Amino acid sequence: MAKNSLPARNRQIEQLTNLFGEKHHHTVESLYIYGHTGSGKSCVLNHVLVGNDLFHVVVNCIECYTTNLLFSTILEALSFEEGRIRCDNMNDFVRCLRKIVEEKEVEETLYIVFENCERLRDKDPILLPALLNLKELTGLNLCAILVSELPWEKFYNGTAVRDPFVMFFPDYSKDELVEVLCHLRPQATDLEFYKQYVGLVLSMFFFAFRDLRELRHLVEINFSFYEQPIVDGKLTKDDKLKLWKNIEPHLTSSLQKLLMREACDGRQSNEPELTESVKAYDLSKGSNAKSQNLVELPFYSKFLLISSYIASYNPSSTDRRFFLKHAGRMRKTARSMKKDDHKNCHLRGPHSFPLDRMMAIFYSIVDEVVPPSAGLFSQISSLVSLHLLAQLGQDQLDMPKYKCTVSLDFITAISKTVNFDVIRYLYDFV
Amino acid sequence: MNQVLLDAQSVLRNRLFGKETKCRQDIEKFQQDLKDLITRSVEYGESNSLLVIGSKGSGKTTLLKTTVDLLQKKLSKTLIIVRLNGYMQTDDRIALAEITRQLHLENTLGDKVFGSFSETLQFLLEALRGGSSHSSQPILFILEEFDLFTQHKNQTLLYNLFDLAMAGLTPLVVVGLTCRLDVIELMEKRVKSRFSHRQLYICNQWTAENYLQAFSNMLLLDAGFCKTAKHKSFLERWNANVVELSNNASVQDILKRQFSISKEMPSLQCLLVQPICKLNVNHQFITAADIADSARNVFSDPKANILHGVSVLELCLIIAMNHLTNIYAGESFNFHMVYNEFLKFTQKKLHILQKHNKPVVLKAFEHLMELELIKPKESTLSLASKLLKEYQPTILLLEEQQLKEAVYRYPGCPTELQQWLESSTV
Repeated sequence: MAKNSLPARNRQIEQLTNLFGEKHHHTVESLYIYGHTGSGKSCVLNHVLVGNDLFHVVVNCIECYTTNLLFSTILEALSFEEGRIRCDNMNDFVRCLRKIVEEKEVEETLYIVFENCERLRDKDPILLPALLNLKELTGLNLCAILVSELPWEKFYNGTAVRDPFVMFFPDYSKDELVEVLCHLRPQATDLEFYKQYVGLVLSMFFFAFRDLRELRHLVEINFSFYEQPIVDGKLTKDDKLKLWKNIEPHLTSSLQKLLMREACDGRQSNEPELTESVKAYDLSKGSNAKSQNLVELPFYSKFLLISSYIASYNPSSTDRRFFLKHAGRMRKTARSMKKDDHKNCHLRGPHSFPLDRMMAIFYSIVDEVVPPSAGLFSQISSLVSLHLLAQLGQDQLDMPKYKCTVSLDFITAISKTVNFDVIRYLYDFV
Repeated sequence: MNQVLLDAQSVLRNRLFGKETKCRQDIEKFQQDLKDLITRSVEYGESNSLLVIGSKGSGKTTLLKTTVDLLQKKLSKTLIIVRLNGYMQTDDRIALAEITRQLHLENTLGDKVFGSFSETLQFLLEALRGGSSHSSQPILFILEEFDLFTQHKNQTLLYNLFDLAMAGLTPLVVVGLTCRLDVIELMEKRVKSRFSHRQLYICNQWTAENYLQAFSNMLLLDAGFCKTAKHKSFLERWNANVVELSNNASVQDILKRQFSISKEMPSLQCLLVQPICKLNVNHQFITAADIADSARNVFSDPKANILHGVSVLELCLIIAMNHLTNIYAGESFNFHMVYNEFLKFTQKKLHILQKHNKPVVLKAFEHLMELELIKPKESTLSLASKLLKEYQPTILLLEEQQLKEAVYRYPGCPTELQQWLESSTV
């Protein structure tokens, strides 16, 4: 088994191999492996189990969301017979497991790997302790390996369990990340060149996130842009400064957009036309511009939405001031001065408002006279089904209550399209 | 040489992980009680019930197993044993099917058990009541995880078993093993009255010296290991090494620390797993460094480990949340408030931190939620709160002390972050 195949994980591979020992050796009853996502847990386990040709089964607890599925998957993977095996409860599972392993007459340790095992906490509270004790229950040479992101202390739930042997997979340091990414480079690229490139990318992105999968995606996508001047012949490998200047705008745009995995299909196919259109994207608007383009609302719906936003984020005592024609100026009392310091309605989130209030605000902001009709009120329901408004409470016939769920950017963009200055009517910005 | 080492490893591994566990010496005195109980049932046809109570890993199962094995050889009549486990038989119906199966009664065909729950129960009761105390074979019921059987509906199984034990027909011994000290309270009134209230408490009265002694007993190889001359010489060197290790001050400190956390055997075994598995031709004897390494693994703080791997942006967010928790005295915060704090910080120190827009920060926030370093205050979410995930009230699950240590140990942490954490005002 080549240790070079998994860079920066030699220590963990060694630990695991020592723990497992020879094929017929008994090992710990249960093993708990935890570490950040992308730190190589499944990869290393797979490498050790397959590389040493050990008798094992791997189950993902997100896929097997019922205990039935969980047991069936394990038994089907182990048995010789084709076809589904039904298994409802732990007792049948233990008996079938014992039968299958005895039929196979195997002396080796059986390893059952449960990935994403934090999902097992939500199911039957007896399931997890039973799985940890599986070796004793079946009487076989078995080891249950649980893999998760969370520390073991999150699994305590009041009943005493036999604690598994806990193993931590540390995250990769910056150098180790460079090593791993270089290891995963496409064929026929120079190691030093790629290492330089990876170093540049990491210097920009290491601050924001350290997930190996995200970094790998970014590195792969931007590599063609990095290589382009060299392929075209304009620059050589030594012009590091010019290469950096070339790649920097791409990396900055990646930081803003590609983190959200938008427009990644266009980038991967790497056509020049598509990259032009992506560059022409107005970055200042951010991702909201795109989502806004998807929603085209009728005229009255826009005003309904604006009035619902105002109703959500303004305290009801200020309505009088904003919407009555001759409200006059508010007197500056000591109490109002104190209140001004805590203008954080936008931080607290939207509050709920009754329908009446929203309609009152609506009638006052729309210039023309709008007769109340079923068409108008049905627009409110369609706003709710678009999830721009949320309906609360049980009382839906008499006085339904709503909350507005859109953000400030969205509502300012919408109000611009109807020439309405919503900021002027918001309490927080006065 | 390799063969000797492999043999030594096999022996030690069997001691740690395998089935060859002997009963601990200080609980051997309970063996006598158990032996008496079962013998009386077999010889004189008495029926009894007993509960063995002790914490996890204190040796209850081993005690019972060794006693039963000893007795099987000596008894005049064969003892039928039915083993039930609370983890496996989660329901009375399953338990009943299992009993019928283990007793090989005619209701079974091969492996399957027929009939509904009430039919099987009736069948079983008739079969068991049909006997008399002299002619029928004694049955030993072993119920592991006894407290889980009390969670079944109406406690039917327990009621019937204890009832049969009191009825005095077929000789029956019901032994329950559990780790809960209040198991008597869990039983219903009618079940409790039929129980004989015989309890055996397995408590560990070790002192630190006993613990250290157990450590060396675990590692010493005995004379049965000497098969060849090479084995013998290795044995002498090995045992000398173990004695030296036991007298080493740092090893004793580690053992005392582990003893103060838990007295039972599993805690000791946990420390020894790594050193024993590490033995190979290049590394033939366990050293104090091995034990220290293993101890570091066992005593490490898992949250600190996780915090070591979060990105700088996420660390900023955690520090912002810590400040919010301090300012608002434990009340919950939401994402917008955290983002606000973060912006206030970056505006002051723009030159070292890059500008990040909201979606990126929201993604970092959600990653922290996935890692369960923060969690939403209400566990059930209505549709409205799912739509407004940025305004969901959340709380931070880290103590300030843990956070300070983690920031201190964070590789390449910008000093501004540390200063921000130390400052009491933002």
